[in-house]
Amino acid sequence: MNRYPLWKYIIVALALVIGFIYTLPNFFGESPAVQVSSAKATIKVDTRTMERVETTLRNAAVASSGTFLDVNGVKVRLTSTDDQLKARDLLEKQFNPDATDPQYVVALNLLSSSPQWLTKLNALPMYLGLDLRGGVHFLLQVDMKGALTKRLDSISADLRSLMRDKTIRHGGIGREGERIVIRFRDEETRSKARVVLEDNQPDLLLTDQGEGSDLRLFATLKPAALKRIQESAVKQNMGTLHNRINELGVAEPVIAQQGADRIVVQLPGVQDTAKAKDILGRTATLEIRMVDDTPGALEAAQAGQVPFGTELYVERGGRPLLVRKQVVLTGDRLTDAQAGFDNQTQEPAVHLSLDSAGSRIFKEITRESVGKRMAILLIEKGKGEVVTAPVIRTEIGGGRVQISGSMSTTEANDTALLLRAGSLAAPMEIIEERTIGPSLGAENIQKGFHSTMWGFAAISVFMIMYYMLFGLVSVICLAANVLFLIALLSMLQATLTLPGIAAIALALGMAIDANVLINERIREELRNGATPQAAIHTGYDRAFGTIIDSNITTLIAGIALLIFGTGPIRGFAVVHCLGILTSLFSAVVVSRAMINLIYGRRRKLDSLAIGQIWKPGNSTAATQAN
Amino acid sequence: MEFFRIKKDIPFMRHALTFNVISLITFLLSVLFLFTHGLHLSVEFTGGTLIEVNYAQAANLEQIRKGLDKAGYTDLAVQNFGSSRDVMIRLPLKAEQSSAKIGEAVMVVLNAEAPGATLRRVEFVGPQVGKELAENGALALLLVILGIVVYLSMRFEWRFAVSAIIANLHDVVIILGFFAFFQWEFSLSVLAAVLAVLGYSVNESVVVFDRVRETFKKVRGLTTPQVLDHAITSTISRTIITHGSTQLMVLSMLLFGGATLHYFALALTIGICFGIYSSVLVASPLAMWLGVSREHFIQPKKKIEGANEDGAVV
Repeated sequence: MNRYPLWKYIIVALALVIGFIYTLPNFFGESPAVQVSSAKATIKVDTRTMERVETTLRNAAVASSGTFLDVNGVKVRLTSTDDQLKARDLLEKQFNPDATDPQYVVALNLLSSSPQWLTKLNALPMYLGLDLRGGVHFLLQVDMKGALTKRLDSISADLRSLMRDKTIRHGGIGREGERIVIRFRDEETRSKARVVLEDNQPDLLLTDQGEGSDLRLFATLKPAALKRIQESAVKQNMGTLHNRINELGVAEPVIAQQGADRIVVQLPGVQDTAKAKDILGRTATLEIRMVDDTPGALEAAQAGQVPFGTELYVERGGRPLLVRKQVVLTGDRLTDAQAGFDNQTQEPAVHLSLDSAGSRIFKEITRESVGKRMAILLIEKGKGEVVTAPVIRTEIGGGRVQISGSMSTTEANDTALLLRAGSLAAPMEIIEERTIGPSLGAENIQKGFHSTMWGFAAISVFMIMYYMLFGLVSVICLAANVLFLIALLSMLQATLTLPGIAAIALALGMAIDANVLINERIREELRNGATPQAAIHTGYDRAFGTIIDSNITTLIAGIALLIFGTGPIRGFAVVHCLGILTSLFSAVVVSRAMINLIYGRRRKLDSLAIGQIWKPGNSTAATQAN
Repeated sequence: MEFFRIKKDIPFMRHALTFNVISLITFLLSVLFLFTHGLHLSVEFTGGTLIEVNYAQAANLEQIRKGLDKAGYTDLAVQNFGSSRDVMIRLPLKAEQSSAKIGEAVMVVLNAEAPGATLRRVEFVGPQVGKELAENGALALLLVILGIVVYLSMRFEWRFAVSAIIANLHDVVIILGFFAFFQWEFSLSVLAAVLAVLGYSVNESVVVFDRVRETFKKVRGLTTPQVLDHAITSTISRTIITHGSTQLMVLSMLLFGGATLHYFALALTIGICFGIYSSVLVASPLAMWLGVSREHFIQPKKKIEGANEDGAVV
C-alpha cells in the first residue's frame, strides 16, 4: 500500500531536477562587466554597437569572456576588476569622444558568471534588492491635482476659441476648482453651446445651472477621461525620468509605477544621492523653431561662421541643420503627441495636439512658410537636440498636426516619446528615500545567509537524532524545500531583500512542522499497535488534513501581508507565501515518495527507523527502533 | 529518543481557570504598558529621517549630538546601532526643512564636528507614507483575523474559530506589550513578524481542534473536558517539537542576523513562546466555555418524513 505509481516518482524527480537547474546560477557568483547603453532615445544600441565594443576591446588587447546584447544594452564580461576599469575607460573614450555631450552610458556592472547554456534556459540568479546590493531608492508622488488643473486650463482655452469659431456669445469661461464654468445670457445660446460642446469635446460632462439671465454651464471631465489623464501623466513622467536617469550611468535602473500616482525609482550602486535628486528634479523643455535655409548659410556655419541669430544642430540622421534662435512655440502649448498612421497613405506618422493659443500661432506660421522647414528641439541643461525637422506642406489650423514621411513605426514611436518626454506632465515630490551603502549590502547578505545556514544545521542535527531515518528524510525534504524556493524565486525574478532572506529562514522553521506532524503520527500509530506499513499509511493520511489546515491559516496571514504590504513587508510576504506552497509539496509529496521508495517494497517489515517508541505501561521502553 | 512519556491524559482543563487568569493578567499588563509607555515607532511609521554612519573607531556620541545641536537640529536621537562604531541618527519630520536634503546636510555637519564617518544608510519617509503604512498594517491585521475566523468556522465550528482567534490576538497584544515596555523599535519588519506569527500560532489551535474533532467522533462516553485533555496530551509532543525547531531557526536569526533582523527575531521569539501557551492552554478552555460538545461534530441523522420526535415510523 505504500507504493507510488511511476508517474508520481517521475514528477518528484522532475521537480528536483528543474529546481536544481534554476538554483544553479546562484552558485556561480558574479563577474565584473561593463555595460554600454544609449544615453539618448535617439540612439539605438544594436548588433553594430556590439561589434564596435568587441573591436575596441580586441584592438586594445583586453580579454573579455563574452559579449551580450539585451534590452539594457551591450554587456561585456571581463575576467578581472582591473580589466573592467580598463575596458570602461577605453569604451568611454571610444563611444563618448565629446565628454560634455555623452551619447552612450558606459557603466560598471556585475554579470552572472553562470555558463551560457543556463542563461539560455532563462535560469538567472535571484534578483537582489537594494538592501543587499546597495544603492538608492526613491518613492516619488505625482501631483495629480497639478496635472488636472494644467489640463483643465488648456481645455478652457480650447473652449474659448471653439466658441469664437462657432460665433456663440458667452459671458466668460473660467476654471473653478476642478470644473470649467461657462456663463450665458439666454437659454437659446446655452443649448446651442451645449450641442457644439458635446460634438467637439467628448471628454466633458455638461450640467446646466442658474436661471433668468444668469445661466451657467458646468463642464467636468468624465471619469474615463480623468483616469486616462492620470495614467498618461504617470506614464509621461516615467518616460521623462528614464531619459534623465540614463545620464547617471546606472547599469540597471528600475522605474516602476506603484499604485495610481506613485513612481518608484531604484538606482543600484549609486551612492551620490545629491546628484541623483538633482537630475530627477530637472525640467526639460520643447521648442519649435524655424530652420534657416538661406543658400550658403549652412556651408558658412559648417566652416565655423555661424550666421547671427542662428545655431548649428545635427539632425537624427546625422545631417547638419541651421536653426534660428527665435522660438516660435514652446512645449507648454503641446498637449499630446502620439504615434499613428497617416489617414490616406497609411504611412507611419506622429500626431501632435496643440492647445488653442498654440494652434493659432501654428496656423499663422504655417500659412507664411509653406515649403519651408521647421525644427522641433528638446532643450535640456541648456543644450538642444533636434527631435525632428519636417517640411511644412500646407497651412495647418485646428491644432492637430501630423508629421509623416520617410519614417518607420519605431521611429514614429520614438519621436512621439521624445516629444512627450519634453517636460513632466505633473510636478513630483520625493516622499521616501533610502540609501544603502555597498558594504552594508554585502554584510546583510552574509548575515542572512549565516542565520539560515546555522538554523538549518541545528534543525537537521535535532531531527536526525530524534527521528533517525525519518528525521534524515525530513531534513532532505527541507533541503529540497530550500531548492524549490530558491529556484522559484530565481524563475520569477522576484526581488530578494533581507526580510526575504528572513522569510526563507522562517519558512524552513515552519516547514519542519509538517514533517514533525507526520513523524509523530506514525509513532503514535506504532504505539497503538499498528504494523509498520499500516502506520506509515495512516500516519501520512491523517497528518495530511492537519497539514493543509495549518498551512492555510499561515497562508492567509501571508496573503494579507502581500495585499497591504509595500517595501520590506512585500519582500517578506512574497517569500513567505511561496515558502508555504513549496513546503506543502516537499513535506507531503517528496517525503512520501522517499519513504515509499525505502519501505514500500518490503513485504516483511518488522520495524521502522523512526527512533525509540515508548509505550505506556512498559517502563523498559519497547524497542521498535532498529 | 522520546522526550514525552505520558502515561495518562494530563488534566489540563482542571486548571483552565488558572491558565486564563494568568493570560488575562499578562494581557492587561500589556495593554497598560501600551497606554503608559506607547510603542517606539520607527521612522517608517512616524515619518522622518534615519541616518546610519560607521566610524573606524568607537564613535563619540556626545560630540555628534553637540555638533548636530549646534547646527540647529532639534528632537534628534543619536544612538549606537549594533556596535560601538555604528551610529544611528534619527531626525523628526520638519515642515520648514526640505526633507529630502537632510541626509546630505547632516553628513556635512558630521564631517565638520566628528570627522571620519562613512555613510551606511539613509532613510527618509514623508508624512503621507507613514500614515498609509500604519493604516495598511491595521487593515492587514483585520484581514488576517477575518480570514482565519472564516476559514476555521468553515472547517470546524465557530466556537473553535472564535476561541482560536481570541487566544492568538492576545499573543499579538502581549508582543506589543513587550515592545512598549522595553521601548524596542517597532518597525515594518516587526509588524510582518507579528502577522506571520499570528498565522503560525493558529496552527497549534488547529492541530488541537483537529484532534478534538477526531476524538469526539471516535470515542464515546467522554466529557468535553476529558476530550480536550486527551487532544492536548496527544499533540503536546508535536507542539513542543515543532515550536522548538522553529525557535532554533529564529534563535539563529537572533544570533547571526545582525541589528536589522534583531527585533524581527525578537518579536518572533515572544510570539512563538506565548503561541504555544495560549493557542493550547487558552484556546481550548475558551472553546469549552463557549460550549463545544459532541453534537457539533456528529452528522445529525436524516429525518424521515412524518416521523415523530423519536424518529420512529411505522
